[in-house]
This record gives sequence, structure tokens and C-alpha cells, in this order.
Amino acid sequence: MFASVRSLAATAVALLALPTLSAAETVKIGAAFSLTGNAAAYGAQQKAGVQAAIDDVNKSGKLKGITLELVLEDDATSKEQGIAVFQRFINRDKVSAIIGPTLSTTATAADPLAQQARTPVVPVSNTAPKGITDIGDYVWRVSLTEAQVIPSALKVAQAKIGFKNAAILYGNDDAFTKGGFDVMKASLEAAGIPIVDIQTFATKDRDFNAQLTALKAKNPDFLMVSALVEQAAAIVSQARQLGWNVPIMGGNGFNSPKLMANAGPAAEGVMVGTAWNKASADPVNQAFIAGQKARGNDPDQFCAQAYTGVLVIADAIAQAGMKGGREDIKAGFAKVKDLPTPLGKFSFLPSRDGNHAAAVQVVKNGKFEILQ
Amino acid sequence: MGQQIVNGLFLGSIYALFALGYTLVFGVLDILNLAHQAVFMICAYAALVLVVHLHMPIFAALPVAVLAGGLLGMVVDRIAFRPLRGRSDSNIAGLISSIALATILEAAVLQFFGPDVERFPFGTVPTRSIQIGGAVVSELQIVIIAIAVAMLLGLTWLLRRTRLGRRIRAVAESPKAARVLGVDVDRIISASFFVSSALGAAAGVLFGLAFNNVAPDMGRSVELKGLAVIVLGGMGSMPGAALAGVALGLLEVFTVAWIGSSYRDAVAFGVLFLVLVLRPRGLLGPAALREA
Repeated sequence: MFASVRSLAATAVALLALPTLSAAETVKIGAAFSLTGNAAAYGAQQKAGVQAAIDDVNKSGKLKGITLELVLEDDATSKEQGIAVFQRFINRDKVSAIIGPTLSTTATAADPLAQQARTPVVPVSNTAPKGITDIGDYVWRVSLTEAQVIPSALKVAQAKIGFKNAAILYGNDDAFTKGGFDVMKASLEAAGIPIVDIQTFATKDRDFNAQLTALKAKNPDFLMVSALVEQAAAIVSQARQLGWNVPIMGGNGFNSPKLMANAGPAAEGVMVGTAWNKASADPVNQAFIAGQKARGNDPDQFCAQAYTGVLVIADAIAQAGMKGGREDIKAGFAKVKDLPTPLGKFSFLPSRDGNHAAAVQVVKNGKFEILQ
Repeated sequence: MGQQIVNGLFLGSIYALFALGYTLVFGVLDILNLAHQAVFMICAYAALVLVVHLHMPIFAALPVAVLAGGLLGMVVDRIAFRPLRGRSDSNIAGLISSIALATILEAAVLQFFGPDVERFPFGTVPTRSIQIGGAVVSELQIVIIAIAVAMLLGLTWLLRRTRLGRRIRAVAESPKAARVLGVDVDRIISASFFVSSALGAAAGVLFGLAFNNVAPDMGRSVELKGLAVIVLGGMGSMPGAALAGVALGLLEVFTVAWIGSSYRDAVAFGVLFLVLVLRPRGLLGPAALREA
């Protein structure tokens, strides 16, 4: 009720501000998030993000007479429901663009439908390095992949700590941890940081003392670890037990509160890359956080990325000359450049993957905080 | 270097603990009990439940879990082995039925606790460590190494000096002859399973504490190493199992340190293969093969 009054008011304000333009045009944006099921925790944040963004864009008058209308549906964390929602968006609601779905696996099932129907899709939380933007030229991803977060996070960490060399420890029998290692190795090489030693372990291992002692003997300034969260906690605990206080940066596997729950005090100081710099003083980011707080939500990375998804679509409409058709928006995406968002200055890479600076989180008093 | 020796001794003690119980039943009675790793795992969970839900201190929970492990071992014998005893293929049939029982026990734990790793709460064991010539040793590691040594001595004493030990050795020599001499073979085997599984239970609890990691697959991660250790040490030899456990631990650690962690298992099992070729009875195995 309030929302509709507010959006009406926003439309009225927009119309009053720009009386020369023709009557209001409404552009429908579909959002498919996991509001129920396993990924519901993410979906709730994403919902809060897009709702705020739609209101903010409409209020700002940036789109000069065009009003964005949100059609929100639940993908129920399932491929089947994701497909059904996409079909509804494309055929019945005739949306101009779709944001979501929450999980990469749902995206691989649902996004091809949008590609076939030539409807732009904006993934805001799919981080699988392969198989998302590969679906086709109507898929424009906002969320950063691990391959993008790690090099960026490494730069931040190096500027802060100033390490001269590094070592890597990784699980070599798991696709996820091996993939993370490949990115770490390439990032260190690209940054010109010598790798003094590389050690491996197997998924079932519980004892990492031998590897850690061998690494410690080489005395690296910095240790990068690609491991699943269970191993991550054990590695961090055992390293500290050995009296080794080297700065540790983990891959995406470390990006879980389970790290602190399982490693306890040993997790203090451990660093992990993240797409959203919560502590950024950038006014767009501060306004975003204030807006969420006013709505009673404590925003996380998923909220910021969903919010950015709407801003990117709005900018694409503006770039296309205030036209909100499916083809217009797709053409507009290519022109989005250095768009101010809560994630920082946002552009698309030629691969249609989003590009912006990543930040580093560090564990402090059992919680992730942004490394400043 | 010093630190790697500590790491190797510690890892080796874990292998030895697991292998001592394993070798009692396998080496002495010629029964390969593949449910040993399931008992190992379940007793780690038992101790965890006692500590987390009944708020027992670990030094009280450990003996309870060990007793439970021993009783579970007798159940394993009763269900998986005794019904098949006396059949001409009882060894291989028992082996397979013990795999089945292990699978059932694992599935039950998986159903009850889920696949996630469970942990002892912080402060269950002291986390202090001491420095020995540049190497860091935690108090828990010292306790585990000490328990491994104590168990080795206790088990050797049991087999050599007690009435039960004599009977176990008699059954190992020849079940038929033992029966003729008035030994209740089923009861002796059951008692062996009790001792063996109690040792396995202690190993499971200490393993869970050492890495603060209790999961349904924890037994699988040491099962193969335990088997390697009893073969390497010589069938049925308690000191052999302990020696081989420590040797395997050191071998793994120094492979990681000097050659590379990717070659760890290749070197460990390569050495096992060489020992089998050059000295088929293992490090401390009996001089001649015992044929019935």
C-alpha cells in the first residue's frame, strides 16, 4: 500500500520535474530470487536491495518519465521453479530485463530461456567462473567471479602489508580449490610477487602440520590458502598452533562465518576477498547503507549487488536514449561505463562480466570487517 | 627439522593407535575386521555427545567411550563374524559382512548427525604448548604420544602375561587345538574384539581431539593407513605395529618436507611395497609363516 503510494508519488514528482516529456512510460523489471529454500538467506537481502533500488531510481528522476516497475518472484532455490518464473516473466509479464536468479545452478537452467527469447538477464549473485555469461549475449553479469576478486584483493592486501614474496597451500584433488589455486598463482605472478613454495593436501586430510612446517621453513611474508571451509579452519588453527603468525589470505572457501566458529581465536587476522567494500566512504555507498538501515535491513554483499543490478539496468536505459525495450537495454549495457554504485565504479568487460574494485575482509573479534 | 620430527611422531602415534587394535584381531586371529574404522568413528561421536550434551569433562568421557567401543566390538563380532564362523570361506565372508556392518553404522551416524564436521567445544583440552629445541609441541600431542606408548605396553603385557592373553595366543595358534584343551573359543574371540575395539575407540576419541574434527568419514581417512601399518610392522606384532605407525608418520612428513606434498602417499605406499618385496614378514613379524 505504502509502496504503491510512494511510487505513484515518485512518478508524479518525476512528471512535475520534467513537464516537457510525454506521458509516463513503465518499464517492467523481473527479479527472480530464492525467497524460500536453501538460499533463502541470500534471497531476502537481494529482495531488499532491488526494492530500494527501484524506488531510488524512480525518485531520482534519472530516467525522465520512465518508471521502473518491479515484478518479484521466488525461484524457490530450484531449477524447475526458476524456469517457470523465467517463462512467466518473458511471456506473461513481458518484462524488459530480468535480475537473478540467486544460484549459479538455477541460472544455468533458466538463463537459456531468456537468451532464446532475447530478454536481457542480469545475474547479481552467480559467481561460477564458467557457464554463466557463456549462455549468450543477453546475459550481463554484475557479480564478480573468484577469478576477479582474488587479484583485486591481493593488490589491496599488498598495499596494506607490503609483502615481498608469498607461498600457496591448496587442495589438489578438488575442482573448486584447484581452481582457486590457479587464480592465486596467476595473480601473484601477474603482480610480480615471487612464490617461494607451493604445498598441497587432499580433501580428506586433517593434519596439515607437515605442509605448514615446510612452508614456515621457507619463511614467506604472506600465505595464500585455497581450501574448503572445514579445512580452512583446521589449517589456520594448526598454523597458529605451530607458532606461525604469517598473514593468511583465503579463497572464497574462507568466506563463511563457519571459519570463525570452527577456528575460534586462530581465525583473527585472516583475510578474504569480497566484492563489496562495506566501509567505502563513497557517497553512493553511504546513501545505499543509510537507505537500507531506514528500511530496517542490515545490508550484506548480496544486497549491494542486487541494488547495483537495478542501477545498471537503469543506466542502460539512459544510455540507449531513454528507451526501455529489451534490445535497447541490451545495447545500453555495452555503454555502461564507470557507473557510480555501492560496489564502486562499475563497467562491463568485453566478456559481459561486471568489473569493479574488490575489497578485503579481515576477521576481527570473530567478525568479518573491511581491511582499511 | 625438529618440528617435522615432532609432526611425524605425532602423526605416527595416531596411526599406531589405530593399528594396535586392528592388528590384534587381524594379525592374531586372522580376521580382517573392516568395521574397525566404524567403531573408531562412532566412539569419537560418543565422546563428543558426552562432552557437548552431558557436559562431562573429557577425562571422564574418554573411558566411557572406550567401554562403549569395547561393547560395540563384541556386537560387531556377534553380528558380522560369529554366524559365519566354521564355514570354509569364513575369512572372506566375515570380511564382507564387516564391510556391510561398517556401511550400516556409517549411514546411521550420517542420518543422525549429518555430513557436517562436528567439533569439541573450545577449552575441552588444554591448548598450551611448549618449546623443545625450536619445535612447538602442544600438551595434547604429548598426551596422545604417551597414551600410544602406554597402550602398546599394556597390550603387550596382556598378551604375554595374562590368562586371557595366553588363551588368545592359543586360539591364534589353532582354534581346534584350543577347543580340545577346553578353551571357549567364541568367548576368547569375543574378548579379543572387546580389547581391539576399545583400543580403536580410544584412537577415535584422541584423533577427534587432535584435529578437533569428528565426521562420518573420519575412519575412512585412516583405515588404509592402518592396514598398511600392520602389514609393514608384521602381522600380529604389537611392537611392530607401533614401530611401523611411527615410521609411516615420519615417512609422510619428510616426503612433504623434502620431496613435495603431492608425492606423500606415493612414497609412503612405495616404501610399503618395497618392504613387502624385500622382507615379506614385515619389520618385526614372526620369523616363519604360521600355517594351520
